[in-house]
Amino acid sequence: MANIVQSTDLTKRRRGLSRILPKRGPSNIVLGIIAIVWLVPTVSLLVISLRPEADFGVSGWWKALLDPSSLTFSNYRILFDQGFVAGGLLDSLMTSLEITVPATLLVVFFACFAGHSLVFGNWRGRDVVFLTVVGLMVVPVQVALIPVVQFYHELGNLFGLNPYGTIPGVIIFHVAFGLPFGIFLMRNFMSGIPKDLLEAARMEGAGEWKVFYRIVLPLALPALASLAIFQFIWVWNDLLVALVFLGGNAHTPLTVFLYDQNHELQANYWIISTGAIVSVVVPLIVFFSFQRYFVRGVLAGAVK
Amino acid sequence: MLFVVIYPTIDTIRLSLFNESATKFLGLTNYKTVFSTDTILTAFRNNVIWVLIFPFFVTTIGLIFAVLTERIRWATAFKALVVMPIVFSTTASALVWATIFDNSPQIGAVNAAVLTVSDWFNPPGAYPVSTSAGQTVADLVGSNSRAEKNSGIVSITSAQAGGTINIGLRDVSPTTLALLKAQDALKPQPMSGAITGVVWRAFSPSAPTNTTDILPGELGLPILRLSLVNPQGAIVATTTTTTTGQYKFSNVGTGSYFVEIVSSNFTSGFTGISWLGGGSLTPVSGLGQTEQALLSVPLADMAMIITYLWIWAGFAMVLIGAGLASLNREVLEAARIDGAKEWQVFRRVTVPMLAPVLAVVFVTMIINVLKVFDIVLNMASGSSVNATPTLAVEIYNDGFTGGVHSGVSSAIAVILFLLVLPAMIMNLKRIKGV
Repeated sequence: MANIVQSTDLTKRRRGLSRILPKRGPSNIVLGIIAIVWLVPTVSLLVISLRPEADFGVSGWWKALLDPSSLTFSNYRILFDQGFVAGGLLDSLMTSLEITVPATLLVVFFACFAGHSLVFGNWRGRDVVFLTVVGLMVVPVQVALIPVVQFYHELGNLFGLNPYGTIPGVIIFHVAFGLPFGIFLMRNFMSGIPKDLLEAARMEGAGEWKVFYRIVLPLALPALASLAIFQFIWVWNDLLVALVFLGGNAHTPLTVFLYDQNHELQANYWIISTGAIVSVVVPLIVFFSFQRYFVRGVLAGAVK
Repeated sequence: MLFVVIYPTIDTIRLSLFNESATKFLGLTNYKTVFSTDTILTAFRNNVIWVLIFPFFVTTIGLIFAVLTERIRWATAFKALVVMPIVFSTTASALVWATIFDNSPQIGAVNAAVLTVSDWFNPPGAYPVSTSAGQTVADLVGSNSRAEKNSGIVSITSAQAGGTINIGLRDVSPTTLALLKAQDALKPQPMSGAITGVVWRAFSPSAPTNTTDILPGELGLPILRLSLVNPQGAIVATTTTTTTGQYKFSNVGTGSYFVEIVSSNFTSGFTGISWLGGGSLTPVSGLGQTEQALLSVPLADMAMIITYLWIWAGFAMVLIGAGLASLNREVLEAARIDGAKEWQVFRRVTVPMLAPVLAVVFVTMIINVLKVFDIVLNMASGSSVNATPTLAVEIYNDGFTGGVHSGVSSAIAVILFLLVLPAMIMNLKRIKGV
């Protein structure tokens, strides 16, 4: 008797489940097609970069899929063999790193302290500062470009140190525009840390500094990772700031490298595709290694 | 932050009231310039197009993806795949999609697909006349032939059963003939009850001016589609030529007939839609030229918006997916148990419950699109360079190409800032409420 009851219960439950999750088949097919469509551009880029230069424009890249033996690494070899000449691919890769790594570290560094101070500090006007920061998050980069260029020139006139046209000039701008989001993210995350924890540590005689790096910092690590990834990808992929602030500099990041290749030498699609793959590989590695933190950052940073 | 974000924002407002080198106060003159310059008005038009189309579609696509991924086992892989383009630089993505939308079907996948479909319905002739190069069917007319109004070629002489009609054409591309494996033209033998003849390329290097005789080495034109036409112009029979250019109409009735090389031999196939060129969807006529230009939607804008959807759909999907995951399942179940159809549950329960998340995605994307820059700069080419700029691109073009000019560029920047301002206020309200 008990058995019978159980089994009818089970079928009931199963029926209920199948009603909640209706028809998997069509969803699988539809999403399968979408997945292929979404993958096509990336695959096309990869294939074009692996095709001999002469094949481009003669036949579509999809023809190469029928004849995989025609693919070659020669485009990569040619560009890598150039070495670190200014304006070359490897040089641009280095420049991208030179800009992105410091700009990321600095934002993470400042945002941590600012977040800590905004959450656990004891000073007036914290809320006003925080709201200002939130407001600044949506300020378009374009609004600040001209005055900052002039400000940089002023610095040159006053102190003989003009950041315009230099890599530090680009970094400063990225740090300033990355901080509002960074502070917002860290402040929000840190405000979830129980204050009792800090009180307990203080009671045991830990100084503010010790509280910060022994308790707050380890707990805030996930948010820190999200911020670092976001800032890294944002700076790595920036074109506008580099275009404006690196005017005249022979060393350009990958985005400017691609832009120049496209605008000045339109026929060089083998360089563009190869360069684009190189430019995409670094953020892809970051993305796949820290996917969880990336998604978390997307959810937290929806306002940017 | 003070020096690089706050002070410059205020300074931009000041600069927008001065002349280009910031030495003379002009008041609102720069703003007047903004609203009376065609290129900047075009930029406004493009921003409006982006704002009207993009946020709606990206939110919808994100919603669809988020709902569908709830039902598959490989959701994680699918999500990773769709999110991936966000980490690419917009520059790289734009350049990839620029090839996908390339004019030439030998490069662009979109036009290659259109070409395949178009060939299916409207196959190109074996002897396409390249109208884009200024060639017409009349250029092919050689001996015993004249161009018809219907863009075919018809013989000048007529024949009765047992007679012959030969037609010579000029300007036929040797590569086409090599491709069709054409052989030397042969003089036809008259046959009783039939009309026979040859269509050949009436050009020989040894006697370039002789177009009337079939000389040795002159090639026949294979697989031409011919019709036999009576003097009233009605088609009575059809046939095609052999590799030597010969043809035969058997069992010809009484009366005399002409031979016509039908126009479908000369149609050139689809040559590619210029997605990223100057093409546009224009509204019906009856408007002034300026209004017409401002109300038309460049095809390139569409191509760019599609590219941008590819980049940002993952973002919308992740946000909406998180919203879905936190929905109260019991409400959905209750609706289903009450007999609601799946579509009704989605339409009446899921979507309204997701409204706050959808609003966040929508607003975020409006802000994003107002600032759209990289994609336009990298995808526009040729005549679309002047048709597709957005405000952000105009700020760059006016302010930074060819030296720094602060006046008009700053005025556009201030306007852009004002457009973003409502979103900023919404953010502040939301966060204060938390």
